[in-house]
Amino acid sequence: MSAVAPIIERGTATSRIAAIAAALIIALLAIAPQFLSAGAVDRITALFIYVILAAMWNALAGFGGLVSVGQQVFFGLGAYFSIRLANTGLNPFVSLFVSAIVVGAVSWPISLFMLRLKNGEFAIGMWVIAALTHLLVNLDRLVQGETGTSLISLNVYDASTRRVTIYWLALASMTALLAILFGLLRGSTGAAIRAIRDNEDAAASIGVRVTGTKRLLFVLAAFGIGIAGALWLATSITFQPKTYFNVQWTAYMIFMVLVGGIGTFEGAILGALLFFLIETWFGSAGVWYLIGLGATALVFSLLLPRGLWGTLEERFGWRLLPVGYRVRLPINATDTTDEIVSPVQTTTSREKA
Amino acid sequence: MSNQIIQGILLGGYYALIACGLSFMFSVMRIINLAHGSLAVLSAFALWLLASRFHISPFLGLLIVLPLMAAIGWALQRFLLERSARGGALLPILTTFGLAIVIDNLLFEQFGADTRSLAPFIGSLSYDSWEWPGGIYVGKLAVIIFITAVVLLGGLQLFLTRTGLGRSIRATSADPDTAGLVGVDARRAMAVAAAIAMVTVGLAGAFLGMRATFDPYAGAPQLLFAFEAAVIGGAGSLWGTLVGGIVLALAQTLGAQVHPQGFQIGGHIAFLIALFIRLSASGLGLRGLLRLPARKAS
Repeated sequence: MSAVAPIIERGTATSRIAAIAAALIIALLAIAPQFLSAGAVDRITALFIYVILAAMWNALAGFGGLVSVGQQVFFGLGAYFSIRLANTGLNPFVSLFVSAIVVGAVSWPISLFMLRLKNGEFAIGMWVIAALTHLLVNLDRLVQGETGTSLISLNVYDASTRRVTIYWLALASMTALLAILFGLLRGSTGAAIRAIRDNEDAAASIGVRVTGTKRLLFVLAAFGIGIAGALWLATSITFQPKTYFNVQWTAYMIFMVLVGGIGTFEGAILGALLFFLIETWFGSAGVWYLIGLGATALVFSLLLPRGLWGTLEERFGWRLLPVGYRVRLPINATDTTDEIVSPVQTTTSREKA
Repeated sequence: MSNQIIQGILLGGYYALIACGLSFMFSVMRIINLAHGSLAVLSAFALWLLASRFHISPFLGLLIVLPLMAAIGWALQRFLLERSARGGALLPILTTFGLAIVIDNLLFEQFGADTRSLAPFIGSLSYDSWEWPGGIYVGKLAVIIFITAVVLLGGLQLFLTRTGLGRSIRATSADPDTAGLVGVDARRAMAVAAAIAMVTVGLAGAFLGMRATFDPYAGAPQLLFAFEAAVIGGAGSLWGTLVGGIVLALAQTLGAQVHPQGFQIGGHIAFLIALFIRLSASGLGLRGLLRLPARKAS
């Protein structure tokens, strides 16, 4: 039997439909504020922020193999630097994004230090960084300790302009960050990222720049979570360090990614959507809601560590937003000449994405 | 000043107590248990419940709570950690983090947001002190905690070096597969290690409750203190945790001298400095840290 050239695909018919659907959904979301109530616009803004948080934590943990329980440091810093920048007279909306750039810049020296730690040490080391940063921010006179302060300069805009502007900024940030992540994962860095995810030592042995790639993900995640924190500040106006530097933000990220599917691009989005629905329905249950979140994360990590999307993907071979490569062999390859038109079947050596 | 140094050293005993379980579990199972602090607070609440509801002194209560903690540790290893460790090094972090959230919020659900203390149940011990030469007053409780820490660390050391079970735990910690080849039941050794670690956590929780106040969300800071003491002392080394605890407490004392809010900041900075020194000592140094990633071999 002669060797049959396998077909290497970067997408499927479903994924092409999914790409069109994604574009349509984003377009629909962009015009949605025309038709939605003020409350609904606020809620969907929160959903966008959750998607950013989930996607960024997933980039770090799912693709970079770096589980951090201190990501709230970047969330809090995103809000804090916004306050600081707006206080100098910068336009509040501009300061949200300048703040995120500052957060990304701050994360670089942190990465020099923290990326030398492994697994659990990294996870909890980041928590120490978050706790320390929280205390240091409290020392700033402008923040007035735990009393906090507000992004007062936003008040010059009337409530409905403010609401819709923040909505669009959140939608644009989410789309841009997801696009950056998608591009990164699909590009040549993506191969390195997935190699590291699957086996760090093996990746290093074949010449993948492990630390550099991880640093890229670390800074990207910090930047994205910084935007999320700044946007959250814009929606709620008040800044209390305790709320923003709270470990519960990381708990939410972990919940969303674990349930959705760690290490899959679509899983984080699915997880954010599920978290949003659960919060909408059960958020009023207070402490039992939090117990439920913790217990669900616990159960998923024990019984379904690949999450919902990871499990579905494995079972049905679904690919909506494919970031990897997919190898297929023609089914009648050994038979005759009609291999080009014959239906193809997925082999067991399936894409690792 | 010497007064503060002595208080700092004694406080270091508490940190060593809470850190040694974390360090021990890390050295045997290579797992950092993020529910460590929450479990200590759980033990404090259990003692508080026994004392306030059934009038059982916290010291007697330990006779009930410590075996319970051992059982929790055994179950934790058998049903959670063992299973999640099979899924790689990252999964146990997520599992234990989920567990911490569940414990914290269940405690909140049960006991509310009030801060509690075991101090009212231990009589005059909570405020009694001895006068040492030089006009230095040291709290009896602080001395008891420090001595307990030293005895516990020494006892653990003896157990690990002198008993068969201790040796099988050490063998498992060195290499579970090879230990299995020579007839060590690694699963059992790990479950026993987890049970022992939880006994130390229970003890730490008791002293936390006696020397200070606690509330359902007090677990996170305790976890951070434990982790910092363990890292400063060199993760996995028993006597190192005592040194680490003392260094941490002294740094906090110093921080509090510099600024009213500097207590915890001082501790965190000491941790980062210790980390920096450790990374430097491993040949990576300042230059290694700042070397551009593009020129890196890996």
